[in-house]
Amino acid sequence: MDLNVIWFILLGVLLSGYAILDGFDLGVGMLHPLARTDAERRVFINSIGPIWDGNEVWLVTFGGALFAAFPEAYATIFSGYYLAFMLLLAALIFRAVSLEFRSKVHSPAWRGLWDWAFCGSSLLATLLFGVAVGNVMLGLPLDERGVYTGGFVDLLGAYPLLVGLLAVSMFAMHGSIYLCLKTEGELQKKMREWMWHTWGVFLVLYMLTTMYTLARLPGAIDHFDAYPWAALIVIANVVAVANIPRALYHDRYGQAFVSSCITIAALVCLFALALFPNLVRSYPEPGNSLTIYNAASSHKTLSIMLIIAGIGLPFVATYTFVIYWTFRGKVRVDEHSY
Amino acid sequence: MFTLAQFDVVWLSRLQFALTIMFHYLFPPLTIGMGVVLVYLEGRYLRTRDPVYHAAAKFWTQIFALNFAIGVATGIVMEFEFGTNWAVYSRFVGDVFGSALAAEGIFAFFLESGFLAVLVFGWDRVGPRMHFFAALMVALGSVFSSVWIVVANSWQQTPAGHHVVEMMRDGKAWIVGGMPVMRAEVVDFWAVVFNPSTLNRLTHVLIGCFIMGAFFVMSISAWYILRGRHTEFARRSFNGALLFGTIFSLAAPISGHFNADMVAEQQPAKLAAFEGHFKTGPGDLHLFGIPDEASQDVHAGVAIPGGLSFLVHGDFHSPIDGLDRFKPDDRPPVGVSFLSYHLMVALGTGFVGLTLLATFLRWRGTLFDHRWLMWVFVFAVLGAVAANELGWVAAEVGRQPWIVHPPVPRDASGQLLLDAEGHVAYDPMQGLRTRDAVSRSIKGEEVLASIVMFGLIYGLLGAVWLYVLNHKIQHGPPPELEPHVTESLLDAAAALASHGASLTEAHDADAEGR
Repeated sequence: MDLNVIWFILLGVLLSGYAILDGFDLGVGMLHPLARTDAERRVFINSIGPIWDGNEVWLVTFGGALFAAFPEAYATIFSGYYLAFMLLLAALIFRAVSLEFRSKVHSPAWRGLWDWAFCGSSLLATLLFGVAVGNVMLGLPLDERGVYTGGFVDLLGAYPLLVGLLAVSMFAMHGSIYLCLKTEGELQKKMREWMWHTWGVFLVLYMLTTMYTLARLPGAIDHFDAYPWAALIVIANVVAVANIPRALYHDRYGQAFVSSCITIAALVCLFALALFPNLVRSYPEPGNSLTIYNAASSHKTLSIMLIIAGIGLPFVATYTFVIYWTFRGKVRVDEHSY
Repeated sequence: MFTLAQFDVVWLSRLQFALTIMFHYLFPPLTIGMGVVLVYLEGRYLRTRDPVYHAAAKFWTQIFALNFAIGVATGIVMEFEFGTNWAVYSRFVGDVFGSALAAEGIFAFFLESGFLAVLVFGWDRVGPRMHFFAALMVALGSVFSSVWIVVANSWQQTPAGHHVVEMMRDGKAWIVGGMPVMRAEVVDFWAVVFNPSTLNRLTHVLIGCFIMGAFFVMSISAWYILRGRHTEFARRSFNGALLFGTIFSLAAPISGHFNADMVAEQQPAKLAAFEGHFKTGPGDLHLFGIPDEASQDVHAGVAIPGGLSFLVHGDFHSPIDGLDRFKPDDRPPVGVSFLSYHLMVALGTGFVGLTLLATFLRWRGTLFDHRWLMWVFVFAVLGAVAANELGWVAAEVGRQPWIVHPPVPRDASGQLLLDAEGHVAYDPMQGLRTRDAVSRSIKGEEVLASIVMFGLIYGLLGAVWLYVLNHKIQHGPPPELEPHVTESLLDAAAALASHGASLTEAHDADAEGR
């Protein structure tokens, strides 16, 4: 296994980490209007209060690592998705500050405003992530220098929008399971109900997307011939999706949450496998595609970065664990909460 | 009158970058500066178990968290903009610059954001030791973050530890449109990190952050003192911040001097623009002036003759390379560079005077009696903010027209290598011009739309930030900070003294018993 493959895998790890961790807090944001009273909304917000910021760092680090390891892909995707990224930035800014600002002033109008900003920005960000993934699956029109030659509207095809909706339903499901773990009483009952709804919608979209992908992008499963073990990912995915209702039925929310995490990780793996060894597929000129070899940094940089990651990741894992452990258990709203 | 045709992508992208980074840069210096304050307060609490320190730490933590949230939200924009607007730049420098950004993410952001959770939400969940540790880690994280970002920026200013080579594709040089595609690749990682300007610039940046943090705390404290509210808390906060602010205000010009020396060596065109030094020869040190690029002169200048030569070379007659040594196309814009640099220096000098005066009055024991001085401190924080921003403007505009500055060619004796026309002979392949660095796939209208969007969002954020900040300040620190009426002041003073408080604080407590 060469350094380029290692970095492809590490980026996959960062992306899965981001999708799993920020996934549930984006989900909490989308479900936020379901909480009716201010007390309920505070429980929602404080369920992610101490951790959403750290979760978002996974995205920042993914961006930095993509820049460092595969600068050509970073430049192509970020400049090609220009307006989409600007919208994403607006969403991420509003999300961050709506959490911080909401609690600072006791006024229903003020809180209502930031509640909607929180929900809307979570929804928009998730949709945009899904649309981006859908477009990468389809391939982008690139010129010889790897420059995107399409426009913003070209990114809004049926397939990317379907993947966008899949992402929304998946994070909403993930978020509702997380909320079940963190809430009690009536609110937990309501969330339990919503787990069923979101799971049902996710299941339908999951099957639709799978069929659409197989019909439209048969190349997505080419690697299954070369790497038969890849079938295990599909099996894990199906088992995890199927296990969620079973766990819900038995009120095993922890198990449902782990299953939902595995579902997300498996989908990221399938996405990466469909793409490999490309990072940005060029369509209709496949020769201009950016691969993990022609878009990569020098061998020297990849190895330096591996050392940096080797030193940094154990620390990151340690404090992620410490933080989650410190804030384990049901949400307690106290004077220091949002 | 501007028309849309004049809004080219490069100009708009520069405007967008300037707008977003100047807004963002309000917050990191505040969090870096205030991080140290939090560590100090938590450390004092850990040692003395005095609830006043605990309450003070709580109050400043709330404000810290507010600043931090906006800093993070606007910081993500910066990381994305390299790719969205400066794709050619990203392709050219990714091998070198990207690792610094990734290192910032993995070493700084995780540390900061993780322990911020414990700091803000963990008061009742972890013990005071762990809470102190969290404050320390957050402060450390914000400093680490500045280290990596200054490393990345300094490499653009004075690149080192790399070589510019042809990019390979399938084992052959990659040719697009008849030209090989070039990029910078790392040769020596530590030479990249410790490039010729990193240490000087990092020191100066951190000093600027500490000054801003100190003036921010002094501003709010001075306001409480003027209003006669939370005075005990405000005096202690003010005194701590004053000591801190005085030390770093004094350190700023020293560090600034070393920076200017380094700029003279590494980026002579930038220094010439800072000083409005058009013609090579002995350099005057301008205290004031209006540089005019058309007539190559500084109008209404007040200058120390030979002062620049003295500062750089130690005598008043040594020649300093002027802007005439550079091709017109290689000269930075003089007006903005000169103005931002001089305003920064003037503000820095003002901080020295102001903090020394306040320290002197504090020693006399009359500091808080001078209401006018307290009013000055209420507003002085704006000067600190401006000085930090202006320093950034001077450093970045002074680097133009280069986004990656090519090394300055010198001979063995250290003299500039000149071409036949007497101009500095840069190797253009070693640098990258800003105008060549912009993304090819974006359109002026898209960038304009994003500027409008950021303008609206940041305007809103700024307004809400001020509103919430004001709300917090009006609300004041938690009630533990109010003097206990039942407790006699003598007891309070004794308690302070026995808790190892400094003599000056005991003195202040006495003074309050007037």
